[in-house]
Amino acid sequence: MKDDLNLASWRRFDSLRTGLGGSIPVPPLSWRAWRLVFLLVVFALTPAAFAGEAKPAADDPALEARVNALAEELRCLVCQNQTLADSNAPLAVDLRNQIRERLQQGASEGDIIGFMVERYGDFVLYRPPFKATTLLLWAGPVLLMIAGLAGLYYRVARRRREVAKPELSGEERARAAALLSGKADVDKR
Amino acid sequence: MPDAASQPTRSMMRFALPLGVFAALVVLLGVGLSLNPREVPSPLIGKPAPPFELPLLHQPEKSFSPREMQGKVWVLNVWASWCAACREEHPVLADFARSGLTPLYGLNYKDQRNDAIAWLKRFGDPYAASIVDVEGRVGIDYGVYGVPETYVIDKQGVIRYKRIGPVTPAILKEKIVPLVAELNRGCEG
Repeated sequence: MKDDLNLASWRRFDSLRTGLGGSIPVPPLSWRAWRLVFLLVVFALTPAAFAGEAKPAADDPALEARVNALAEELRCLVCQNQTLADSNAPLAVDLRNQIRERLQQGASEGDIIGFMVERYGDFVLYRPPFKATTLLLWAGPVLLMIAGLAGLYYRVARRRREVAKPELSGEERARAAALLSGKADVDKR
Repeated sequence: MPDAASQPTRSMMRFALPLGVFAALVVLLGVGLSLNPREVPSPLIGKPAPPFELPLLHQPEKSFSPREMQGKVWVLNVWASWCAACREEHPVLADFARSGLTPLYGLNYKDQRNDAIAWLKRFGDPYAASIVDVEGRVGIDYGVYGVPETYVIDKQGVIRYKRIGPVTPAILKEKIVPLVAELNRGCEG
């Protein structure tokens, strides 16, 4: 509270100085200048404070890339619409660590996918395998497209039949014939 | 121009078909909404319970391994002091423990020892013993992704049932108790 008052009076000093041409004592630096100094100090310190943060990822970029590629393929079961790579749930962090550890121990990508499926089932895979229980999942889009195409074909065929019906009366026919044979004056009437 | 006789049936079709498709979609989505996406069928059912060796919560110098439970039907409940749903299911587990039907063990998952002990002191300890899994590695082996989870393991050390989420009185009565009774009977003959 006291600080606030202080700052307020500083600001008033500042404005008085500009208003009355410096006749009232002012702090050596204006409020703006102090703020600038403060910001510069903060900016100068920030990189040092966070310098250690990104280190683990940079340790072995090739390994990290493999970990990430695998994590993109696997579902986080805690927040089910996120991949292990996207999720920050504690389990996702643990599982990413497991992936990293296993890759370091020389496991292949296939081994790790197997490890996950053994524990959490096919549901962890963002690319479900093709088998009896997933038949409809895989074939569904194709079946829907076939149904759509069949429906479209049916409609188009029906419309074509309707359009093909001659809908001109005898008189119209005669006029059309006259026009086609070059007697343009029929049209002018 | 379509003839007058077919007009009513044509326009009826025009409404009936989309309405039928819409109704089918509503039924499909309605069924989908009533399913619980959290209940992922565990691939561990019918498989041997993964082995481990971990210290006990109350006697850290002693360790526990599922091998010790060979020849017994037992229930493993994954819990933590930070887990709100564990408090919800606690009275149900206490009931189960009181019945003395079969031993109930706790797997204290990613918890602080002091918090866990305090939690048991406050609400009561239904477990024959609690096993400490600080890093959650055994949890990963058991496919844990939502605490609490409960496993029924038979005399051969095979996982026979898994419940994800709190055990309710209905699940205890209709699933766990009959299964444990059946497993207990099954191997005595």
